[in-house]
Amino acid sequence: MIEAHLRLARGAFTLDVSLALPERGVSALFGPSGCGKTTLLRALAGLERAEGRVAMGGEVWQDDASSVFMPAHRRDLGYVIQEAALFPHLDVQRNLDYGRRRLPPDRQVIALDPIVELLGISHLMQRHTGSLSGGERQRVAIARALASSPRLLLMDEPLAALDAQRKAEVLPYLHRLHESLAIPIVYVSHAIDEVAQLANHLVLLDQGRVVSAGPLAEMLARLDLPTARGESAGVVLDAVVVERDARWQLVRLAVAAGEASLWARDQGLPLGQAVRVRVLARDVSLARAPQTGTSIGNQLRGTIEAVADDDHPALALVRVRVGGAPVVARLTRRSADALQLAPGLEVWAQVKTVALME
Amino acid sequence: MTSDDWIAIRLTAQLAAVATLLLLLIGTPLAWWLARTRSALKPVAASLVAMPLVLPPTVLGFYLLLLMGPHGPVGQLTQSLGLGRLPFTFAGLVVASVLYSMPFVVQPLQQAFEAIPERTLEAAATLRAGPWDRFFSVALPLARPGLLTATVLGFAHTVGEFGVVLMIGGNIPGSTRVLSVALYDHVEAAEFADAHRLAAGMVAFAMLVLVTLYVVNRPRRDGTAGAR
Repeated sequence: MIEAHLRLARGAFTLDVSLALPERGVSALFGPSGCGKTTLLRALAGLERAEGRVAMGGEVWQDDASSVFMPAHRRDLGYVIQEAALFPHLDVQRNLDYGRRRLPPDRQVIALDPIVELLGISHLMQRHTGSLSGGERQRVAIARALASSPRLLLMDEPLAALDAQRKAEVLPYLHRLHESLAIPIVYVSHAIDEVAQLANHLVLLDQGRVVSAGPLAEMLARLDLPTARGESAGVVLDAVVVERDARWQLVRLAVAAGEASLWARDQGLPLGQAVRVRVLARDVSLARAPQTGTSIGNQLRGTIEAVADDDHPALALVRVRVGGAPVVARLTRRSADALQLAPGLEVWAQVKTVALME
Repeated sequence: MTSDDWIAIRLTAQLAAVATLLLLLIGTPLAWWLARTRSALKPVAASLVAMPLVLPPTVLGFYLLLLMGPHGPVGQLTQSLGLGRLPFTFAGLVVASVLYSMPFVVQPLQQAFEAIPERTLEAAATLRAGPWDRFFSVALPLARPGLLTATVLGFAHTVGEFGVVLMIGGNIPGSTRVLSVALYDHVEAAEFADAHRLAAGMVAFAMLVLVTLYVVNRPRRDGTAGAR
Protein backbone atom coordinates (compact mmCIF):
# COMPACT_ATOMS: atom_id res chain seq x y z
CA MET A 1 0.00 0.00 0.00
CA ILE A 2 1.20 3.47 -0.88
CA GLU A 3 -0.22 5.73 1.74
CA ALA A 4 -0.23 9.52 1.72
CA HIS A 5 -1.88 12.20 3.78
CA LEU A 6 -0.61 15.53 2.58
CA ARG A 7 -1.46 19.15 3.09
CA LEU A 8 0.14 22.14 1.47
CA ALA A 9 -1.10 25.73 1.20
CA ARG A 10 0.28 28.06 -1.42
CA GLY A 11 -1.50 31.36 -1.88
CA ALA A 12 -5.11 30.68 -2.75
CA PHE A 13 -4.39 27.03 -3.55
CA THR A 14 -4.60 24.30 -0.93
CA LEU A 15 -3.69 20.69 -1.48
CA ASP A 16 -5.36 18.43 1.05
CA VAL A 17 -5.44 14.76 0.17
CA SER A 18 -5.56 11.32 1.70
CA LEU A 19 -4.58 8.49 -0.60
CA ALA A 20 -4.22 4.75 -0.36
CA LEU A 21 -2.89 3.39 -3.63
CA PRO A 22 -2.36 -0.28 -4.47
CA GLU A 23 1.23 -1.48 -4.56
CA ARG A 24 0.60 -3.10 -7.93
CA GLY A 25 -0.19 -1.67 -11.33
CA VAL A 26 -0.66 1.89 -12.52
CA SER A 27 -2.48 4.46 -10.40
CA ALA A 28 -3.49 7.54 -12.36
CA LEU A 29 -3.84 10.97 -10.77
CA PHE A 30 -6.29 12.65 -13.10
CA GLY A 31 -7.83 16.10 -13.12
CA PRO A 32 -7.92 19.49 -14.83
CA SER A 33 -4.93 21.85 -14.96
CA GLY A 34 -4.24 23.38 -11.59
CA CYS A 35 -5.99 20.63 -9.62
CA GLY A 36 -2.75 19.87 -7.78
CA LYS A 37 -1.82 16.55 -9.35
CA THR A 38 1.76 17.57 -10.13
CA THR A 39 2.17 19.16 -6.69
CA LEU A 40 0.90 15.95 -5.12
CA LEU A 41 3.35 13.84 -7.13
CA ARG A 42 6.23 16.15 -6.18
CA ALA A 43 5.23 15.92 -2.54
CA LEU A 44 5.24 12.11 -2.79
CA ALA A 45 8.76 12.34 -4.19
CA GLY A 46 9.92 14.71 -1.47
CA LEU A 47 10.64 17.46 -4.00
CA GLU A 48 7.90 19.58 -2.48
CA ARG A 49 7.58 20.10 1.25
CA ALA A 50 4.00 19.31 2.24
CA GLU A 51 2.79 18.58 5.73
CA GLY A 52 1.69 15.09 6.61
CA ARG A 53 2.68 11.50 6.12
CA VAL A 54 3.90 9.34 3.24
CA ALA A 55 4.56 5.63 3.57
CA MET A 56 5.56 3.21 0.85
CA GLY A 57 4.79 -0.41 1.67
CA GLY A 58 5.47 0.01 5.37
CA GLU A 59 8.54 2.23 4.95
CA VAL A 60 7.82 5.70 6.26
CA TRP A 61 9.16 8.42 3.96
CA GLN A 62 7.60 11.29 5.78
CA ASP A 63 5.78 11.67 9.05
CA ASP A 64 5.65 15.18 10.41
CA ALA A 65 4.01 13.91 13.61
CA SER A 66 7.33 12.23 14.46
CA SER A 67 9.55 14.70 12.55
CA VAL A 68 10.53 12.26 9.83
CA PHE A 69 11.28 13.68 6.41
CA MET A 70 13.41 11.77 3.93
CA PRO A 71 14.76 14.03 1.19
CA ALA A 72 14.11 12.93 -2.40
CA HIS A 73 17.53 11.30 -2.82
CA ARG A 74 16.89 8.92 0.08
CA ARG A 75 13.48 7.78 -1.19
CA ASP A 76 13.45 4.60 -3.18
CA LEU A 77 11.72 6.05 -6.23
CA GLY A 78 12.07 6.88 -9.90
CA TYR A 79 10.70 10.11 -11.29
CA VAL A 80 9.97 10.91 -14.92
CA ILE A 81 8.73 14.29 -16.10
CA GLN A 82 7.39 15.74 -19.32
CA GLU A 83 10.69 17.39 -20.27
CA ALA A 84 12.74 14.21 -19.67
CA ALA A 85 15.47 16.31 -17.94
CA LEU A 86 18.33 14.16 -19.22
CA PHE A 87 21.83 15.23 -18.22
CA PRO A 88 23.15 17.12 -21.26
CA HIS A 89 26.81 16.59 -20.28
CA LEU A 90 26.48 12.80 -20.30
CA ASP A 91 25.76 10.39 -23.14
CA VAL A 92 22.83 7.99 -22.97
CA GLN A 93 24.84 5.19 -21.37
CA ARG A 94 26.12 7.46 -18.62
CA ASN A 95 22.66 8.91 -18.07
CA LEU A 96 21.44 5.37 -17.46
CA ASP A 97 24.36 4.66 -15.14
CA TYR A 98 23.81 7.79 -13.04
CA GLY A 99 21.23 6.48 -10.58
CA ARG A 100 22.45 2.92 -10.86
CA ARG A 101 26.00 3.75 -9.76
CA ARG A 102 24.65 5.33 -6.60
CA LEU A 103 23.15 2.06 -5.43
CA PRO A 104 25.13 -0.79 -3.85
CA PRO A 105 25.24 -3.82 -6.22
CA ASP A 106 23.19 -6.02 -3.86
CA ARG A 107 20.30 -3.57 -4.15
CA GLN A 108 20.36 -3.37 -7.96
CA VAL A 109 17.36 -5.63 -8.38
CA ILE A 110 16.55 -4.43 -11.90
CA ALA A 111 19.13 -5.36 -14.51
CA LEU A 112 20.06 -2.75 -17.11
CA ASP A 113 19.97 -4.90 -20.24
CA PRO A 114 16.30 -5.93 -20.07
CA ILE A 115 15.30 -2.30 -19.50
CA VAL A 116 17.34 -1.12 -22.46
CA GLU A 117 15.71 -3.89 -24.47
CA LEU A 118 12.23 -3.13 -23.13
CA LEU A 119 12.43 0.53 -24.06
CA GLY A 120 14.12 -0.08 -27.39
CA ILE A 121 17.10 2.18 -26.82
CA SER A 122 20.04 -0.21 -27.26
CA HIS A 123 21.06 1.56 -30.49
CA LEU A 124 21.19 4.92 -28.69
CA MET A 125 23.63 4.08 -25.91
CA GLN A 126 26.63 6.00 -27.24
CA ARG A 127 24.56 8.94 -28.49
CA HIS A 128 24.71 12.40 -27.00
CA THR A 129 21.38 13.42 -25.46
CA GLY A 130 21.13 16.56 -27.62
CA SER A 131 20.75 14.45 -30.75
CA LEU A 132 17.75 12.39 -29.53
CA SER A 133 14.17 12.86 -30.71
CA GLY A 134 11.44 13.70 -28.20
CA GLY A 135 10.21 10.12 -28.03
CA GLU A 136 13.74 8.77 -27.63
CA ARG A 137 14.51 11.25 -24.85
CA GLN A 138 11.41 10.16 -22.99
CA ARG A 139 12.27 6.48 -23.33
CA VAL A 140 15.80 7.15 -22.06
CA ALA A 141 14.38 9.11 -19.13
CA ILE A 142 12.11 6.19 -18.22
CA ALA A 143 14.98 3.71 -18.55
CA ARG A 144 17.20 5.94 -16.41
CA ALA A 145 14.59 6.04 -13.65
CA LEU A 146 14.09 2.26 -13.77
CA ALA A 147 17.82 1.53 -13.86
CA SER A 148 18.11 2.90 -10.33
CA SER A 149 15.92 -0.02 -9.15
CA PRO A 150 13.17 2.04 -7.54
CA ARG A 151 10.33 0.57 -5.51
CA LEU A 152 7.94 3.12 -6.97
CA LEU A 153 7.88 4.93 -10.30
CA LEU A 154 6.34 8.40 -10.42
CA MET A 155 5.50 9.80 -13.85
CA ASP A 156 4.34 13.36 -14.48
CA GLU A 157 2.69 13.57 -17.90
CA PRO A 158 5.56 11.75 -19.57
CA LEU A 159 3.80 11.93 -22.94
CA ALA A 160 2.45 15.47 -22.81
CA ALA A 161 5.33 17.06 -24.70
CA LEU A 162 5.08 14.57 -27.55
CA ASP A 163 3.00 14.80 -30.72
CA ALA A 164 0.45 12.09 -31.50
CA GLN A 165 2.95 10.04 -33.48
CA ARG A 166 5.62 10.07 -30.76
CA LYS A 167 2.98 9.33 -28.17
CA ALA A 168 1.95 6.24 -30.11
CA GLU A 169 5.64 5.32 -30.22
CA VAL A 170 6.15 5.52 -26.43
CA LEU A 171 2.80 4.17 -25.19
CA PRO A 172 3.47 0.51 -26.04
CA TYR A 173 6.68 0.71 -23.98
CA LEU A 174 4.75 2.00 -20.98
CA HIS A 175 2.40 -0.92 -21.40
CA ARG A 176 5.16 -3.48 -21.42
CA LEU A 177 6.65 -1.75 -18.43
CA HIS A 178 3.98 -2.57 -15.95
CA GLU A 179 3.41 -5.97 -17.48
CA SER A 180 7.01 -7.10 -17.11
CA LEU A 181 8.07 -5.24 -13.96
CA ALA A 182 6.30 -5.46 -10.66
CA ILE A 183 6.94 -1.80 -9.82
CA PRO A 184 3.89 0.24 -8.93
CA ILE A 185 3.51 3.39 -11.03
CA VAL A 186 1.80 6.63 -10.08
CA TYR A 187 0.95 8.39 -13.31
CA VAL A 188 -0.16 12.02 -13.55
CA SER A 189 -2.21 12.89 -16.60
CA HIS A 190 -4.90 15.21 -17.85
CA ALA A 191 -5.57 13.02 -20.91
CA ILE A 192 -8.33 10.49 -20.24
CA ASP A 193 -7.25 8.45 -23.29
CA GLU A 194 -3.86 7.75 -21.69
CA VAL A 195 -5.49 6.95 -18.38
CA ALA A 196 -7.99 4.56 -19.99
CA GLN A 197 -5.16 2.83 -21.75
CA LEU A 198 -2.65 2.51 -18.90
CA ALA A 199 -4.23 2.82 -15.49
CA ASN A 200 -5.60 0.17 -13.17
CA HIS A 201 -6.53 2.54 -10.39
CA LEU A 202 -7.87 6.06 -10.80
CA VAL A 203 -7.73 9.04 -8.46
CA LEU A 204 -9.81 12.04 -9.54
CA LEU A 205 -8.52 15.35 -8.25
CA ASP A 206 -10.08 18.79 -8.32
CA GLN A 207 -8.92 21.97 -6.61
CA GLY A 208 -6.42 20.17 -4.46
CA ARG A 209 -8.84 17.53 -3.19
CA VAL A 210 -9.63 13.93 -4.03
CA VAL A 211 -13.05 13.83 -5.69
CA SER A 212 -13.13 10.06 -5.85
CA ALA A 213 -10.77 7.11 -6.11
CA GLY A 214 -11.09 3.45 -7.04
CA PRO A 215 -10.40 0.75 -9.63
CA LEU A 216 -10.39 2.23 -13.15
CA ALA A 217 -13.22 0.18 -14.66
CA GLU A 218 -15.56 0.97 -11.77
CA MET A 219 -14.67 4.65 -11.80
CA LEU A 220 -15.20 5.07 -15.54
CA ALA A 221 -18.62 3.42 -15.26
CA ARG A 222 -19.81 5.89 -12.64
CA LEU A 223 -22.21 8.45 -14.06
CA ASP A 224 -21.79 10.94 -11.22
CA LEU A 225 -18.11 11.67 -11.90
CA PRO A 226 -16.69 14.24 -14.33
CA THR A 227 -15.05 11.38 -16.26
CA ALA A 228 -18.53 10.42 -17.53
CA ARG A 229 -18.82 13.78 -19.29
CA GLY A 230 -17.27 14.85 -22.56
CA GLU A 231 -16.58 13.24 -25.88
CA SER A 232 -13.98 10.80 -24.57
CA ALA A 233 -16.21 9.39 -21.83
CA GLY A 234 -16.52 5.63 -21.90
CA VAL A 235 -15.79 2.39 -20.10
CA VAL A 236 -12.90 -0.05 -20.26
CA LEU A 237 -13.51 -3.80 -20.22
CA ASP A 238 -11.15 -6.69 -19.67
CA ALA A 239 -11.35 -9.08 -22.59
CA VAL A 240 -9.71 -12.18 -24.04
CA VAL A 241 -9.16 -12.90 -27.74
CA VAL A 242 -11.10 -16.15 -28.26
CA GLU A 243 -11.83 -16.52 -31.99
CA ARG A 244 -10.44 -15.36 -35.31
CA ASP A 245 -12.52 -14.80 -38.42
CA ALA A 246 -9.84 -14.94 -41.10
CA ARG A 247 -12.23 -14.17 -43.94
CA TRP A 248 -13.34 -10.81 -42.54
CA GLN A 249 -10.18 -9.97 -40.60
CA LEU A 250 -12.03 -9.85 -37.29
CA VAL A 251 -11.45 -11.30 -33.85
CA ARG A 252 -14.00 -12.18 -31.20
CA LEU A 253 -13.34 -10.87 -27.73
CA ALA A 254 -14.91 -12.47 -24.69
CA VAL A 255 -15.90 -9.80 -22.17
CA ALA A 256 -17.67 -9.91 -18.81
CA ALA A 257 -15.95 -13.20 -17.91
CA GLY A 258 -17.13 -14.84 -21.11
CA GLU A 259 -20.77 -13.86 -20.72
CA ALA A 260 -20.68 -11.58 -23.75
CA SER A 261 -18.70 -11.11 -26.95
CA LEU A 262 -17.52 -8.22 -29.05
CA TRP A 263 -16.09 -8.37 -32.55
CA ALA A 264 -13.17 -6.10 -33.32
CA ARG A 265 -10.65 -5.58 -36.08
CA ASP A 266 -7.95 -8.24 -36.15
CA GLN A 267 -4.62 -6.68 -35.15
CA GLY A 268 -2.78 -9.97 -35.17
CA LEU A 269 -3.05 -10.73 -31.47
CA PRO A 270 -2.81 -14.43 -30.61
CA LEU A 271 -5.82 -16.37 -29.32
CA GLY A 272 -5.92 -16.41 -25.55
CA GLN A 273 -4.30 -12.96 -25.29
CA ALA A 274 -5.79 -10.77 -22.56
CA VAL A 275 -6.57 -7.28 -23.79
CA ARG A 276 -8.21 -4.14 -22.58
CA VAL A 277 -11.11 -2.81 -24.61
CA ARG A 278 -12.44 0.70 -24.57
CA VAL A 279 -16.04 1.43 -25.48
CA LEU A 280 -16.94 5.11 -25.71
CA ALA A 281 -20.37 6.19 -24.51
CA ARG A 282 -21.01 8.02 -27.77
CA ASP A 283 -20.50 4.77 -29.72
CA VAL A 284 -23.18 2.86 -27.80
CA SER A 285 -26.87 2.99 -28.65
CA LEU A 286 -29.69 1.14 -26.90
CA ALA A 287 -32.67 -0.83 -28.17
CA ARG A 288 -35.51 -2.62 -26.40
CA ALA A 289 -35.14 -5.67 -28.65
CA PRO A 290 -32.34 -7.30 -30.65
CA GLN A 291 -31.99 -5.51 -33.97
CA THR A 292 -31.89 -6.95 -37.44
CA GLY A 293 -31.12 -5.07 -40.61
CA THR A 294 -28.42 -3.00 -38.90
CA SER A 295 -24.76 -2.64 -39.81
CA ILE A 296 -23.78 -2.86 -36.17
CA GLY A 297 -22.55 -6.37 -35.44
CA ASN A 298 -21.98 -6.02 -31.70
CA GLN A 299 -25.14 -6.34 -29.67
CA LEU A 300 -24.97 -7.03 -25.95
CA ARG A 301 -27.92 -7.95 -23.81
CA GLY A 302 -27.97 -6.30 -20.42
CA THR A 303 -29.93 -4.60 -17.69
CA ILE A 304 -30.12 -0.88 -17.07
CA GLU A 305 -28.52 0.06 -13.77
CA ALA A 306 -28.67 3.82 -13.80
CA VAL A 307 -29.81 6.78 -15.86
CA ALA A 308 -28.33 10.24 -15.41
CA ASP A 309 -28.32 13.63 -17.09
CA ASP A 310 -25.33 14.60 -19.18
CA ASP A 311 -23.98 18.16 -19.21
CA HIS A 312 -26.01 19.17 -22.24
CA PRO A 313 -29.75 19.20 -21.44
CA ALA A 314 -30.48 17.21 -24.59
CA LEU A 315 -28.36 14.24 -23.52
CA ALA A 316 -28.64 11.42 -21.03
CA LEU A 317 -26.18 8.80 -19.81
CA VAL A 318 -27.31 5.23 -19.25
CA ARG A 319 -25.32 2.49 -17.55
CA VAL A 320 -26.13 -1.04 -18.66
CA ARG A 321 -24.80 -4.08 -16.82
CA VAL A 322 -23.78 -6.76 -19.32
CA GLY A 323 -23.01 -9.87 -17.31
CA GLY A 324 -20.55 -8.54 -14.76
CA ALA A 325 -19.36 -5.65 -16.91
CA PRO A 326 -20.79 -2.14 -17.11
CA VAL A 327 -21.27 -0.31 -20.42
CA VAL A 328 -22.23 3.35 -20.61
CA ALA A 329 -24.34 4.75 -23.44
CA ARG A 330 -24.95 8.38 -24.31
CA LEU A 331 -28.35 9.06 -25.91
CA THR A 332 -30.67 11.98 -26.40
CA ARG A 333 -33.13 12.39 -23.58
CA ARG A 334 -35.87 12.20 -26.16
CA SER A 335 -34.76 8.67 -27.10
CA ALA A 336 -34.46 7.69 -23.45
CA ASP A 337 -37.97 8.95 -22.88
CA ALA A 338 -39.40 7.30 -25.99
CA LEU A 339 -37.90 3.94 -24.96
CA GLN A 340 -38.99 4.51 -21.34
CA LEU A 341 -35.51 3.61 -20.15
CA ALA A 342 -35.34 3.05 -16.42
CA PRO A 343 -33.25 0.97 -14.00
CA GLY A 344 -34.11 -2.72 -14.14
CA LEU A 345 -35.17 -2.69 -17.76
CA GLU A 346 -33.63 -5.23 -20.13
CA VAL A 347 -32.03 -3.62 -23.20
CA TRP A 348 -29.72 -4.40 -26.07
CA ALA A 349 -26.61 -2.28 -26.26
CA GLN A 350 -25.32 -1.80 -29.79
CA VAL A 351 -21.62 -1.05 -29.85
CA LYS A 352 -20.42 0.68 -32.98
CA THR A 353 -16.70 0.91 -32.30
CA VAL A 354 -14.46 -1.11 -30.04
CA ALA A 355 -10.98 0.23 -29.35
CA LEU A 356 -8.56 -2.57 -28.62
CA MET A 357 -5.70 -1.72 -26.29
CA GLU A 358 -2.92 -4.23 -25.95
CA MET B 1 63.83 43.80 -21.35
CA THR B 2 65.48 44.54 -18.01
CA SER B 3 65.85 41.93 -15.29
CA ASP B 4 63.59 44.09 -13.13
CA ASP B 5 60.91 43.68 -15.78
CA TRP B 6 61.29 39.89 -15.68
CA ILE B 7 60.96 39.95 -11.92
CA ALA B 8 57.78 42.03 -12.29
CA ILE B 9 56.40 39.59 -14.88
CA ARG B 10 57.07 36.60 -12.65
CA LEU B 11 55.57 38.34 -9.64
CA THR B 12 52.47 39.28 -11.64
CA ALA B 13 51.99 35.68 -12.81
CA GLN B 14 52.37 34.42 -9.23
CA LEU B 15 49.92 36.97 -7.91
CA ALA B 16 47.36 36.20 -10.61
CA ALA B 17 47.69 32.44 -10.12
CA VAL B 18 47.30 32.58 -6.33
CA ALA B 19 44.46 35.09 -6.54
CA THR B 20 42.62 33.07 -9.19
CA LEU B 21 42.86 29.91 -7.14
CA LEU B 22 41.46 31.67 -4.08
CA LEU B 23 38.82 33.38 -6.20
CA LEU B 24 37.57 30.04 -7.51
CA LEU B 25 37.53 28.52 -4.03
CA ILE B 26 35.56 31.41 -2.58
CA GLY B 27 33.65 32.50 -5.67
CA THR B 28 32.20 29.12 -6.66
CA PRO B 29 30.18 28.49 -3.48
CA LEU B 30 29.26 32.17 -3.38
CA ALA B 31 28.02 32.07 -6.99
CA TRP B 32 26.11 28.84 -6.30
CA TRP B 33 24.44 30.45 -3.30
CA LEU B 34 23.58 33.60 -5.27
CA ALA B 35 22.18 31.53 -8.13
CA ARG B 36 19.92 29.35 -5.96
CA THR B 37 18.97 31.39 -2.92
CA ARG B 38 15.63 33.09 -2.35
CA SER B 39 17.08 34.92 0.65
CA ALA B 40 16.32 38.60 1.17
CA LEU B 41 20.08 39.10 1.57
CA LYS B 42 20.72 38.20 -2.07
CA PRO B 43 20.54 41.77 -3.52
CA VAL B 44 22.87 43.04 -0.81
CA ALA B 45 25.38 40.23 -1.34
CA ALA B 46 25.21 40.60 -5.12
CA SER B 47 25.80 44.36 -4.79
CA LEU B 48 28.81 43.88 -2.54
CA VAL B 49 30.32 41.44 -5.03
CA ALA B 50 29.67 43.85 -7.93
CA MET B 51 31.05 46.91 -6.10
CA PRO B 52 34.55 46.81 -7.68
CA LEU B 53 32.88 47.13 -11.10
CA VAL B 54 31.66 50.65 -10.34
CA LEU B 55 34.09 51.97 -7.71
CA PRO B 56 37.41 53.54 -8.67
CA PRO B 57 40.11 51.03 -7.64
CA THR B 58 41.73 53.70 -5.52
CA VAL B 59 38.64 53.90 -3.30
CA LEU B 60 38.78 50.18 -2.64
CA GLY B 61 42.52 50.40 -2.11
CA PHE B 62 42.17 53.28 0.31
CA TYR B 63 39.70 51.48 2.54
CA LEU B 64 41.67 48.26 2.39
CA LEU B 65 44.74 50.18 3.45
CA LEU B 66 42.86 51.56 6.45
CA LEU B 67 41.37 48.15 7.35
CA MET B 68 44.63 46.27 7.03
CA GLY B 69 46.81 48.99 8.49
CA PRO B 70 48.26 48.83 12.03
CA HIS B 71 45.16 50.47 13.54
CA GLY B 72 42.54 48.84 11.33
CA PRO B 73 40.52 45.84 12.61
CA VAL B 74 41.98 43.48 10.03
CA GLY B 75 45.46 44.76 10.73
CA GLN B 76 45.07 44.24 14.47
CA LEU B 77 43.74 40.74 13.85
CA THR B 78 46.65 39.77 11.58
CA GLN B 79 49.14 41.20 14.09
CA SER B 80 47.59 39.40 17.04
CA LEU B 81 47.75 36.18 15.01
CA GLY B 82 51.43 36.82 14.42
CA LEU B 83 50.97 37.31 10.69
CA GLY B 84 52.28 40.87 10.71
CA ARG B 85 50.83 43.60 8.58
CA LEU B 86 49.40 43.07 5.15
CA PRO B 87 49.94 46.41 3.38
CA PHE B 88 53.07 46.55 1.20
CA THR B 89 53.37 42.75 1.18
CA PHE B 90 52.60 40.09 -1.42
CA ALA B 91 49.89 38.65 0.87
CA GLY B 92 48.24 42.06 1.05
CA LEU B 93 48.19 42.23 -2.73
CA VAL B 94 46.57 38.80 -2.88
CA VAL B 95 43.80 39.86 -0.49
CA ALA B 96 43.18 43.05 -2.44
CA SER B 97 43.23 41.25 -5.80
CA VAL B 98 40.72 38.66 -4.61
CA LEU B 99 38.29 41.37 -3.55
CA TYR B 100 38.91 43.47 -6.62
CA SER B 101 38.49 40.63 -9.16
CA MET B 102 35.58 38.95 -7.35
CA PRO B 103 32.80 40.11 -9.73
CA PHE B 104 34.72 38.84 -12.75
CA VAL B 105 34.69 35.34 -11.26
CA VAL B 106 31.36 35.27 -9.45
CA GLN B 107 29.20 36.74 -12.20
CA PRO B 108 30.00 34.28 -15.03
CA LEU B 109 29.73 31.41 -12.56
CA GLN B 110 26.43 32.68 -11.20
CA GLN B 111 25.02 33.01 -14.71
CA ALA B 112 26.17 29.51 -15.57
CA PHE B 113 24.57 28.09 -12.41
CA GLU B 114 21.35 30.02 -13.00
CA ALA B 115 21.12 28.54 -16.51
CA ILE B 116 20.87 25.01 -15.08
CA PRO B 117 17.18 24.08 -14.93
CA GLU B 118 15.91 23.19 -11.46
CA ARG B 119 14.36 20.04 -12.92
CA THR B 120 17.76 18.73 -14.03
CA LEU B 121 18.98 18.96 -10.45
CA GLU B 122 15.74 17.42 -9.21
CA ALA B 123 16.22 14.56 -11.66
CA ALA B 124 19.60 13.95 -10.02
CA ALA B 125 17.95 14.04 -6.59
CA THR B 126 15.42 11.38 -7.62
CA LEU B 127 18.36 9.32 -8.90
CA ARG B 128 19.75 9.09 -5.38
CA ALA B 129 22.23 11.97 -5.56
CA GLY B 130 22.49 14.08 -2.39
CA PRO B 131 23.13 17.85 -2.43
CA TRP B 132 26.96 17.68 -2.61
CA ASP B 133 26.80 14.87 -5.13
CA ARG B 134 24.38 16.91 -7.31
CA PHE B 135 26.70 19.90 -7.16
CA PHE B 136 29.79 18.00 -8.27
CA SER B 137 28.19 15.55 -10.71
CA VAL B 138 25.66 17.85 -12.40
CA ALA B 139 26.00 21.54 -11.53
CA LEU B 140 29.75 21.91 -11.88
CA PRO B 141 30.08 19.97 -15.17
CA LEU B 142 27.15 21.90 -16.66
CA ALA B 143 28.66 25.20 -15.52
CA ARG B 144 31.98 24.34 -17.14
CA PRO B 145 31.94 27.11 -19.77
CA GLY B 146 31.16 29.62 -17.01
CA LEU B 147 33.93 28.16 -14.88
CA LEU B 148 36.41 28.60 -17.71
CA THR B 149 35.28 32.17 -18.35
CA ALA B 150 35.54 32.95 -14.63
CA THR B 151 39.06 31.53 -14.40
CA VAL B 152 40.33 33.43 -17.42
CA LEU B 153 38.68 36.72 -16.50
CA GLY B 154 39.80 36.45 -12.87
CA PHE B 155 43.38 35.78 -13.93
CA ALA B 156 43.49 38.43 -16.67
CA HIS B 157 41.87 41.06 -14.51
CA THR B 158 44.33 40.48 -11.69
CA VAL B 159 47.19 40.81 -14.17
CA GLY B 160 45.81 44.14 -15.31
CA GLU B 161 45.08 45.83 -11.99
CA PHE B 162 46.92 49.00 -11.11
CA GLY B 163 45.11 51.38 -8.76
CA VAL B 164 44.57 48.94 -5.92
CA VAL B 165 48.14 47.68 -6.18
CA LEU B 166 49.52 51.14 -5.92
CA MET B 167 47.42 51.93 -2.84
CA ILE B 168 48.06 48.64 -1.03
CA GLY B 169 51.33 47.37 -2.31
CA GLY B 170 53.32 50.33 -3.37
CA ASN B 171 56.27 49.62 -5.60
CA ILE B 172 58.63 47.14 -3.96
CA PRO B 173 60.61 45.12 -6.54
CA GLY B 174 60.16 41.37 -6.16
CA SER B 175 57.41 41.80 -3.60
CA THR B 176 54.71 44.15 -4.84
CA ARG B 177 56.06 45.69 -8.04
CA VAL B 178 53.81 44.07 -10.63
CA LEU B 179 53.69 44.56 -14.42
CA SER B 180 51.30 47.49 -14.52
CA VAL B 181 53.37 49.37 -11.96
CA ALA B 182 56.60 48.58 -13.80
CA LEU B 183 55.03 49.94 -16.97
CA TYR B 184 54.04 53.09 -15.16
CA ASP B 185 57.61 53.53 -13.88
CA HIS B 186 59.02 53.19 -17.40
CA VAL B 187 56.66 55.86 -18.69
CA GLU B 188 57.49 58.15 -15.78
CA ALA B 189 61.17 57.74 -16.56
CA ALA B 190 60.51 58.34 -20.28
CA GLU B 191 61.82 54.82 -21.15
CA PHE B 192 59.32 54.41 -23.95
CA ALA B 193 61.00 51.44 -25.61
CA ASP B 194 60.79 49.45 -22.36
CA ALA B 195 57.24 50.65 -21.82
CA HIS B 196 56.34 49.46 -25.32
CA ARG B 197 57.73 45.98 -24.73
CA LEU B 198 55.63 45.53 -21.61
CA ALA B 199 52.50 47.16 -23.01
CA ALA B 200 52.59 45.27 -26.31
CA GLY B 201 53.21 42.07 -24.42
CA MET B 202 50.12 42.64 -22.32
CA VAL B 203 48.01 43.46 -25.38
CA ALA B 204 49.15 40.21 -27.02
CA PHE B 205 48.47 38.26 -23.81
CA ALA B 206 44.97 39.69 -23.46
CA MET B 207 44.16 38.98 -27.10
CA LEU B 208 45.43 35.41 -26.85
CA VAL B 209 43.41 34.77 -23.70
CA LEU B 210 40.18 36.14 -25.12
CA VAL B 211 40.46 34.34 -28.47
CA THR B 212 41.13 31.07 -26.64
CA LEU B 213 38.13 31.67 -24.43
CA TYR B 214 35.77 32.36 -27.32
CA VAL B 215 37.03 29.39 -29.32
CA VAL B 216 36.70 26.94 -26.44
CA ASN B 217 33.32 28.26 -25.30
CA ARG B 218 31.68 28.55 -28.72
CA PRO B 219 28.33 26.78 -28.95
CA ARG B 220 28.54 23.22 -30.19
CA ARG B 221 26.37 21.87 -32.96
CA ASP B 222 24.46 19.58 -30.60
CA GLY B 223 23.27 22.56 -28.59
CA THR B 224 25.45 22.24 -25.53
CA ALA B 225 28.13 24.79 -24.77
CA GLY B 226 31.77 24.24 -24.11
CA ALA B 227 34.28 21.46 -24.32
CA ARG B 228 33.68 18.09 -22.83
